[in-house]
Amino acid sequence: MSASDPNRGDELACRELVELVTDYLEGALPPAERERFETHLTECPFCTEYVEQMRAVSGSLGSLPEPALPPERREELLSAFRDLFSR
Amino acid sequence: MANGKAQSGGLDDAGLLARLRAGDEDAFATLVERHSPAMLRVASAYVPSRAVAEEVVQETWLAAMRGLDGFEGRSSLRTWLFGILTNLAMKGGAKERRSAPFSALAAAEPDRPAVEPERFLPEDHERWPGHWALPPSRWPTPEEGLLGGEVREVVLAAIEALPAAQRTVIALRDVEGWSAEEVCEALDISAGNQRVLLHRARSTVRAAIERYHGAVERPPASAGVTDRAPGGTKGRGN
Repeated sequence: MSASDPNRGDELACRELVELVTDYLEGALPPAERERFETHLTECPFCTEYVEQMRAVSGSLGSLPEPALPPERREELLSAFRDLFSR
Repeated sequence: MANGKAQSGGLDDAGLLARLRAGDEDAFATLVERHSPAMLRVASAYVPSRAVAEEVVQETWLAAMRGLDGFEGRSSLRTWLFGILTNLAMKGGAKERRSAPFSALAAAEPDRPAVEPERFLPEDHERWPGHWALPPSRWPTPEEGLLGGEVREVVLAAIEALPAAQRTVIALRDVEGWSAEEVCEALDISAGNQRVLLHRARSTVRAAIERYHGAVERPPASAGVTDRAPGGTKGRGN
């Protein structure tokens, strides 16, 4: 793997980085890893773009519609609630 | 993010619960509206159809209503609700419902790299092992924002096509806006497990958007149809 390559040292490869993106965005990378990650970003516009894309994806989904119980089911529940509390 | 439409929408769960115990129907309606979307999402991980998911959510509310006296408030209302929900989802009418806990559902799902390996230079490349061979291109920014028009449909389809556990986690985190801790608690999964599911889901959605924008050449060696002209960007990395 990468650790055995004398030229690589502590350097993170792009292929590894893309698997660490979520951990990074979640703040779950240990400090040394985070530093390697961020160092790589300063040197790699492609990974920088990739991270931005992942960030954009997660940040934009809030506008998607959410499922809801159909009105008939809500009515059934309200009716059951009424029955329960009218005793 | 969620709703604020009902009149009692300004109250938190504890406030609504107090009104609920006093028989306040509006408070109950608000709670149903507030929590049902996430409950439907979680139920959908366990059962084969939307209709069955709705039934499970329905049953959960009925059980909660009847069991209200037994809820002492030691956990949050949401934790309590989701506990009832997952129990019901896992049993009752057993043929339609999976009896495995969420973590087991998740473990059974396929594990793919976030990006196809062909997009990177090989590990034995002399100068740039593991670096991008076919890097991502910047996406066009439509006026409507990232999820304008057709992209929105692409994203919705991508999420629907996700394996159930991944779909549930990305929905709860990124659509519903739950925290990681809230998701782990409701689904009874570890922080690491949650992150793995989230990572796979987001990676898949990102890839779907990228494909839509045609923002990278498909690697010639990949399976499936290549309808692009030969001599594309294959040699870029060297």
